[in-house]
Amino acid sequence: MDMSRYVLPFEECDLSMVNRVGGKCASLGELLKARIPVPPGFAVTTAAYDRFLEENGLTRRILERISGIDAEDVDAVDAASTDIRAWIEAGTISEPLEDMIAENYRLLSRRARMPGIPVAVRSSATAEDLPDASFAGQQDTFLWVRGVDDLLARCKQCWSSLFTPRAIAYRGRMGFDHAQVKLSVAVQKMVRSFTAGVMFTINPATGDPATVVIDSNWGYGESVVSGEVTPDQFHVNKITMEVTKKTVSDKAIYYTTDPETDQVMKLEVEPERREAQSLLEPEITGLAELAKRIEKHYGKPMDIEWATEKSLPYKGEIYILQSRPETVWSQKKREPIEQPKSSAVEYIMAGLIKGKKVG
Amino acid sequence: MSDLRFPSPHEAERIPGTEGWERMYPYYYRFTADDPKRKQYEESMFWFYDGLHYPEPMYPFDIIWDEAWFLALSQYNNRIFIVPPAKGIDHRIHNGYIYITPVPVTDAEAIPKRAEEFMKRAGYYYENWDKLHDNWESKMKEVINKLAELQIPVPPEKEDDSVVFDGIGTSTGYHLLKAYDKLIDLGILAWQYHFEFLNLGYAAYVFFVDFCQKAFPDIPLQKITQMVGGIDVIIYRPDEELKKLARLSIDLGVDDIAMNGDSAKVLKGMAESDNGKKWLAAFEKAREPWFYVSTGTGWYHHDRCWNDDLDIPLSAMKIYIEKLRKGESVDRPTQQVIEERDKLTEGYRNLLTSDEDRATFDKMLATARTVFPYVENHLFYVEHWFHSLFWNKIREVAAILKDHKFIEDIEDIWYMSRQEIKDALWDLVTAWATGSDGRGPLVWPKEIAWRKGVMEKFRQWTPPDGMGTIPETISEPFTIVLWGITSESMAQWARLKAVAEGDLDKIVGFPGSPGIVEGIVRVCRTVQEINQLQDGEILVAPTTSPSWAPAFQKIKAAITDVGGVMCHAAIVCREYGLPAVVGTGSATSRLKTGQKIRVDGSKGEIDIISEES
Repeated sequence: MDMSRYVLPFEECDLSMVNRVGGKCASLGELLKARIPVPPGFAVTTAAYDRFLEENGLTRRILERISGIDAEDVDAVDAASTDIRAWIEAGTISEPLEDMIAENYRLLSRRARMPGIPVAVRSSATAEDLPDASFAGQQDTFLWVRGVDDLLARCKQCWSSLFTPRAIAYRGRMGFDHAQVKLSVAVQKMVRSFTAGVMFTINPATGDPATVVIDSNWGYGESVVSGEVTPDQFHVNKITMEVTKKTVSDKAIYYTTDPETDQVMKLEVEPERREAQSLLEPEITGLAELAKRIEKHYGKPMDIEWATEKSLPYKGEIYILQSRPETVWSQKKREPIEQPKSSAVEYIMAGLIKGKKVG
Repeated sequence: MSDLRFPSPHEAERIPGTEGWERMYPYYYRFTADDPKRKQYEESMFWFYDGLHYPEPMYPFDIIWDEAWFLALSQYNNRIFIVPPAKGIDHRIHNGYIYITPVPVTDAEAIPKRAEEFMKRAGYYYENWDKLHDNWESKMKEVINKLAELQIPVPPEKEDDSVVFDGIGTSTGYHLLKAYDKLIDLGILAWQYHFEFLNLGYAAYVFFVDFCQKAFPDIPLQKITQMVGGIDVIIYRPDEELKKLARLSIDLGVDDIAMNGDSAKVLKGMAESDNGKKWLAAFEKAREPWFYVSTGTGWYHHDRCWNDDLDIPLSAMKIYIEKLRKGESVDRPTQQVIEERDKLTEGYRNLLTSDEDRATFDKMLATARTVFPYVENHLFYVEHWFHSLFWNKIREVAAILKDHKFIEDIEDIWYMSRQEIKDALWDLVTAWATGSDGRGPLVWPKEIAWRKGVMEKFRQWTPPDGMGTIPETISEPFTIVLWGITSESMAQWARLKAVAEGDLDKIVGFPGSPGIVEGIVRVCRTVQEINQLQDGEILVAPTTSPSWAPAFQKIKAAITDVGGVMCHAAIVCREYGLPAVVGTGSATSRLKTGQKIRVDGSKGEIDIISEES
């Protein structure tokens, strides 16, 4: 059996494969192609999902259960969701499929020289990460997953997350075909992030394409993504690579892992770190450098999740966790900044007549 | 902006003990409520204090340049190039401080017609810029020559025989009046030329700035200036001459003499050897015209030039000799400046997303680069070279007035207006001719003593930033570039005020050149004091000019009271990669030598860290 049909290392994923590996894995593959440091991992493809449903007799059963349900009928949607998710999570991943996933997990462990390596298991939906129908945040993420059994169980949970009440209702409202929405699962080495956050290759506040804006907090990026803290913010001029603005905020909480249990926990930031700057200057410019490369690779403004890992006290690594096209400024209709004119004096005159707003 | 309110010009504060000050200045500079129409006009306009040019109150004579540009700037906008939406800039004075306001074209229907004229006229200048500019340079040099050659004749006890035997038919009294008229006329003429290119230069620059700010909302003005800034501009030339002379003194082995610093001793020492004479020849050559560089902006009579006091350039030259002896470079990092400029330009250009935008960018950048050298270079011709000569010619007139006891000191003449001087000269020459006593000695010393007192009171008063009503838009290019009157700057004024009233350890100005450093303050109120600068100190000065250039070799940041992003300190700091905060209003009075401070040139902020170093 062709393993790559069901499981594919990120290195082999690219944007042409969104249907097979989902948006997230495809974009991680693209990042690796641009030599962007991405934590290693692999995709469990949509074919694996299809095969799992098929092997467990769920393909038709789900569609039948869901058809005719009114997206606005909360109770009906809830009931269908509960049923379908229970079926999926109780399903059996067949041996060949299990072997392939386990084999890739072991490869990952070997690469990281760490048996039973902790991984993040995330949904990588085929419709997610698309600028026009963002499913972002609608599927589940499982952190610090260790061992094959746990991994397989989390895969099933990811698959079942396609059928949360919100997802069902959303697809119903948007008129998306439930049969067409498929799910791949991204299995990625966990980064024990020291600091993390998001960055934009364009200033999201002003639309300035020459500014990289970095939001950062201690620990995992979740606190930044969810908006639970006001992160530190750094502006970097892409051309000169100067840090043009630093706003260090009072950061109340952060997410980290309990070293004993590998459980992610939310903690209060220690008083001495609350108002300390969470990124060093070289890390800020290092991130901005990566932002530039990612933008160049995609040829458009991007929105990027990143983390730094301090595996050694004297050395930090920057990782890019995911990236997707920026949606706000990129979708604005692009008009010429000034209507083209034939001579300098015409431009100058037009500018003079417009004047400068003062009031 | 609704929280920003400015007083009505008719209710502006009056200072007790200065009653009657208005007679020191032209009558049409007064705010007046006498006539309802004029009153209404004055209230409806936004008058802002021209602190950029006038950090101190106006001397009755020095207002000549204000009148000169009142006429020249306005005529070029409104009567010569017909800038479609902007007429001239109107002027007033209150308590000795100049207030100005751009006058817009209010009749919307007039604009298209003006636009047509502007296209033809301004278009001609933009298209033929280089040719017209060459022509300008020769006209300007001719004016300067005439000024240099102008003789101010001293009325003699008895006219020379030649008056009779050559049948000349006129007296020195007449020629003194004529020479004074000619002197004033040349000044006004120089200022006519001053604006021949400036309005259009600023307009082109404003447009480029506007384009860049639309494309890149976060772009600092510094970066735009860097993209258009010239490399080979005259403001660096006097300093370059000084470096050449420093090098030459070492090459000729006369650097020990040069290190003396005291100009009389240096000149005497040099004259004693052949190599010294070679150096002197080069020195004399450099002086004309480059040592006419003023130690201030050139706007005030007390801004003296290097030629007025050779100790200034000679002691500054010592800094270069010391560096050269240590084998250090004193060269401007021009190659680096060019590389950075190109990298910046290309970087921003590449971020534009369409061919149309890139075409506009290219066209406007090229135009801005064509006009920019003029924008920087005219200052040397007019404000430095011409003014420096001019002030000294007026001093020659003053010497005659002093001889006849009309004034007690030569430097008292600045307390008289140019019209009053003309009247006094009439008084003087008629009395001289008649052999009677003029009335001047009874009038002027007393009046001048009173005026000095008034000026002192003006100095202690803080002029409000603005008066009258804030407009919705401003189209007048100078108002935008020079004074930076935009909604942001109004907010900045409010911020300056808030900080001034609150945090005593913080001083805010305009970000002149990026970077953050900590260091020790050295307050230098005049260029003579730059000798005290130690390596790595932070220069705090009222303003700087090209004659301050050697200071920038020693310092790690600069702070000025006056100036915007285009001022000398900002330009030079950007070139040397030093942080600068300019236009702080009060840094020289609030900071003290020896204090430790932190300068943030990107934000335009200064923090006092500790009192002692």
